[in-house]
Amino acid sequence: MQMGEYKTIIELKGIVKRFYVGMPNELEILHGIDLNVRQGEFVSIVGSSGSGKTTMMNIIGILDRPTEGEYLLDGVDVARAKDRELSLIRNQKIGFVFQTYNLIGRTSALKNVELPMLYAGIGRKERKERARELLQLVGMEDRVTHHPDELSGGQKQRVAIARAMANNPAIILADEPTGALDSKTGRMIMDIFHRLNQEQNKTIVLITHSEELARETERMITLKDGEVIGERSRDRC
Amino acid sequence: MLIWENILLAFHGLRANKMRSLLTMLGIIIGIASVIAIMTLGNSLSQSVTDSMSSMGANNITVGLQQKSSSTETTSSGMTFVFGPRMTKMQEEDYVTEEVLSDLKSRYDASIEGYSLSENIGSGKAQKGSKYAYVNAEGVNASNLENLKLTLLAGRLLSQRDQDEARRVVLVSDLVVKNMFDKDVMSAIGQTIDVLFQNRYDTYTIVGVYQYEESSMGFSSASEEDTETMMYLPLQAARDQNHNTSGYSQFTILTAAGVSASDFCSTIETYLNDRYYRDNENFEISAMSMESIVKSMTEMLSTVALVIAAIAGISLLVGGIGVMNIMLVSITERTREIGTRKALGATNGSIRLQFIMEAIVLCLVGGILGILLGIAVATIATSLMGYTVSPSVSGILISVSFSVFIGVFFGYYPANKAAKLHPIEALRYE
Repeated sequence: MQMGEYKTIIELKGIVKRFYVGMPNELEILHGIDLNVRQGEFVSIVGSSGSGKTTMMNIIGILDRPTEGEYLLDGVDVARAKDRELSLIRNQKIGFVFQTYNLIGRTSALKNVELPMLYAGIGRKERKERARELLQLVGMEDRVTHHPDELSGGQKQRVAIARAMANNPAIILADEPTGALDSKTGRMIMDIFHRLNQEQNKTIVLITHSEELARETERMITLKDGEVIGERSRDRC
Repeated sequence: MLIWENILLAFHGLRANKMRSLLTMLGIIIGIASVIAIMTLGNSLSQSVTDSMSSMGANNITVGLQQKSSSTETTSSGMTFVFGPRMTKMQEEDYVTEEVLSDLKSRYDASIEGYSLSENIGSGKAQKGSKYAYVNAEGVNASNLENLKLTLLAGRLLSQRDQDEARRVVLVSDLVVKNMFDKDVMSAIGQTIDVLFQNRYDTYTIVGVYQYEESSMGFSSASEEDTETMMYLPLQAARDQNHNTSGYSQFTILTAAGVSASDFCSTIETYLNDRYYRDNENFEISAMSMESIVKSMTEMLSTVALVIAAIAGISLLVGGIGVMNIMLVSITERTREIGTRKALGATNGSIRLQFIMEAIVLCLVGGILGILLGIAVATIATSLMGYTVSPSVSGILISVSFSVFIGVFFGYYPANKAAKLHPIEALRYE
């Protein structure tokens, strides 16, 4: 930990995840994973389906707890945190971008972006202001009042990225963010991630099955059958 | 702050699913509306009963003789039987005499303003040639007459001399005049009428005509010609006619201003019973104030209304179950939304709050619509019945808080279910 840029944000040590623990059909998905992600890194985790990357994402996003192992997120031991604390950490330190956008229907793009700030207890005026700024950042300033069902896939994903950025989280966790988009729109979304990474020094963890996308990132971690089988770094340009 | 956001969100949801919301609320609307309608109706009814009874004199105490409630007999085998009232005919010595009245008056002079005394002769048919009218003849003393607050249309009231000399003069209603004299009320003054009682005729001279007022209680089905109206004559004249020399079986005390009729009531009852009726085998004094009658009557009416309202309240329970059902459906539909919210940092508590608020808003809006509907129904019903509406404020407050309670009660289970969803499973839900 010398300069701020090299501070470790995600620190996974011997993460094991088992399902149906203690039952005859007990299943081990992750077999002791070690992973460090530094601040400002753009990391991708690739693997075919069944490789355990979704389970990995759930653990990194602290939507799920590891069965064994240690996980320090921005210096906080999250493996032992209580449910309530986990909610707070998710709210403050993680920005999720899902394959299926997961925007809240019936409310505007602006309200969607405001949501994490609402749970953070930020005042109405400040929320609105920041939400507008974020939507501008992703080029959605003229779609502020539109509801999700009035937006295209690419537009929805841009709103979702703005929402992920709402509380200025330590990491953005993107699970197949281009999976439901055509290649042109997918490209645009990837460009936004690159921009956030370069301009705002955001730590981004991209989970994908596409090696092509993964190669764009600084570091590609390949997962197979619940183990890291390869790691390839690329010099930052 | 989160509460306010949740309320807005809930209203948003209501608007988004108008039809579903309305149908869900229908149970609450009907439940609250019927409770409010019944309570308002009950309130209006007891209000009008109270009003009309008070106009009959709330500070009056009616004192009467009643059969002693039970007498005990012991058989030879030692068993004791308690008998209910035995119907015994009143004897000369049972009646309340003039002496008792003046004793009471001198003892409680400050509290008693006067006695309203009456002697009823009964119903009869007044005749003049081929024309007739039905009357009920009653002898009244000066206090009684004053207490009746008659509106005089022509002639005069009964004078002290009429009373003292027990003259056969009467006050009749304008209805009698209308039926028997066709001309205006003035023409009846000084005329004589024959009144046929059960089996004898009596002749009276009309000295005054009062305005007949239809009783505000109950409905009279009789046509104008057949309506029986009161005919008032001097007390002593009526007593003479009834050959009554003994005393009174009933009289009314007009209490002085500032005297609590209901308190004074028991004082008199105790005094008279102790002093005059302790040794009387069959009869005792019973005193009732209009105040206490009104009170018990109002209480009874409210109890009845409350019981019916409680029965109507059962439909609220059904409505509440409907709310719970729709909340469960809504939560299943929005599982992914719940997952997303949790991923974005919503705690279990904030998810629970969101859905409870939604249930409360649903119930509260239903409750308010129900109150409006209930008042509308009650207003129509009461005005049809001819009473003035007095909406039950307590009923409205109870309904509002009850609908909030239903929201919390029936919203808690679904909301808790939502709060406990595992974020991953919720996000994965298709």
